[in-house]
Parts: sequence; C-alpha cells; structure tokens
Amino acid sequence: MIPLHHYLILGAILFAIAVVGIFLNRKNVVILLMAIELMLLSVNMNFIAFSHYLGDMGGQVFVFFILTVAAAESAIGLAILIVLFRNRRTINVDDLDALKG
Amino acid sequence: MTFTHALFYLFSAILVFAAAMVVTIRHPVKSALFLVLAFFSAACLWIMLEAEFLGIALVLVYVGAVMVLFLFVVMMLDVDLARMREGFGEYLPIGGLIAILLVLEMVIVLSSEMFSPQNIPVPLEKAAGHSNTRELGMLIYTVYVYPFEIAAVILLVAIVAAITLTLRARRKHIKYQNPSEQIKVRREDRVRLVQMKSEKRS
Repeated sequence: MIPLHHYLILGAILFAIAVVGIFLNRKNVVILLMAIELMLLSVNMNFIAFSHYLGDMGGQVFVFFILTVAAAESAIGLAILIVLFRNRRTINVDDLDALKG
Repeated sequence: MTFTHALFYLFSAILVFAAAMVVTIRHPVKSALFLVLAFFSAACLWIMLEAEFLGIALVLVYVGAVMVLFLFVVMMLDVDLARMREGFGEYLPIGGLIAILLVLEMVIVLSSEMFSPQNIPVPLEKAAGHSNTRELGMLIYTVYVYPFEIAAVILLVAIVAAITLTLRARRKHIKYQNPSEQIKVRREDRVRLVQMKSEKRS
C-alpha cells in the first residue's frame, strides 16, 4: 500500500504549483482565485491523508468545513469581481489603484 | 508495484499536470476546465483514501457548482487577454525558486523517520459494510453540531452577500435615502406653523 508521505508530498507539490501560479498570473484576478482554490485543495488532501492514516474522522469533518468556507469565499470573490468589472471595466490588478496603496 | 500504486501515480500525475496547466495556460476558460480536471482526480484520490463522502461532495460541489460559477464569470467578463499577459514570466525565476525550495523542504521533512511506514503504518481496509458517510454524519450531528450550524450561517451570509453585491435593481417603488438632500433640508421645508383658534370648552 501507499505510505503516508506520498500523499503529503503530493499536497506539497500542489501547494507549490499554486504559489507559482500566484507569481505568474499576478494581474488576472480570476486565475488568482483559482490558485487559491488549488491551495485549499492541497490542504484538504493533507487533512484526508492524515485522517485515513491516523484513523481519526476529525480530519474529514475539517475538510467538510473547509469546503463550505471555500465555496462561500469563491462566491463572494466572484461577486466582488463582477461589481469591480461593472464599475471599472477591467479586472487587471494594476488598474485597481483607487486606494493609492 | 501493485494496482493501487499504479492508480495512485496515475491520479497524482493527472492532478499535478492539470494544476500546472491551470496556472500556465493562456485562456481563463481553459484554465477553469483544467481546474475541473484537477478537482476530479483529487476526488479519485480521496476515494482511494476511503473518504468516499468527501470525494463525491468535491465532485458535486466543486465541479458541479463552483466551477460552473467560475466559468460563468469568466465568460461574462470581457477581459483584455493581451494586457493580462504582460510581464507573465517576469517573476517566474523567483517564484519557481521559492516553489522548488518549498517542495524540497517538505520532501526532506516528510522523508524523515517520523512519517515512515514503520511509525505510521498503513491502516487495515475497512469491512465491506462500513459506511464513511454514516460515520461522518454521526460526528457532524453530535460532536460538531455547533460548527455545522455556523457553517450553514456562513453559506447563508455568502448567498445574501453575493446577491446584494451584484443586484442592480433600482425600481421605482423602492425608496432610497438621499443623504445630501437630507442634510440640506431647512426648517421651512418640514415645519409649518398654523394659526388657529382654540376650541371652546363645551
């Protein structure tokens, strides 16, 4: 059978790909949101692997809640994106400088 | 190498490939479709880990709902792709370096004695009648019942927030306050002094 650390390394690789995605696509908010979803997926992978190998269902309950919060987060994020596009006609991060930050 | 190993490496390879395509491909719609593939193979891996309920929930909730939402938004927005891609590989060296370091560090830590199969043995397979959904439900509705209700409220708040953010209905029969008119109001606009005779006591 597959040992635990294979799953954990897979989670680490996924997380690293998501980090690279944030570095690469730092102008496109949609792909930034997708990279965040990938990060959450890798975290969930770790939770489920530990839950299986340590025989504790608590990890799966946590994944359940993370899925809930991630769905809420992406729904609100996309709603904000639509309002943003309506007002500014762009979702380029470089153009969103109204706060002069 | 057993069949399970082959399946694990197949699903992992598809997952890593799809994730890499999500962040590098040019068009956002294709990127969203590759994210669907990534979620799907992750669901397969979860089912291999005997988390059947969550695997199915991932397919239903993510592939079925969230990714459709993403696709809708991507198609609704008229994005200037050429400008979006400006400076695409600008931070690739530093980003790639950080990612490789991240993976290397995790590999070093996770290959140590602590996570070895001797210390954390592969659990025995559950009996045929074992239900993952039932076990999860027993936990959620007893021990984690308050967090479960809070999660429900979070979803409700997300629904309300998404609707109020994007609602654009300024219909005639809805009354809105106008703060500048409220501030500029004078006494003559609101108060009228009336002279009238007092009534006789009967």
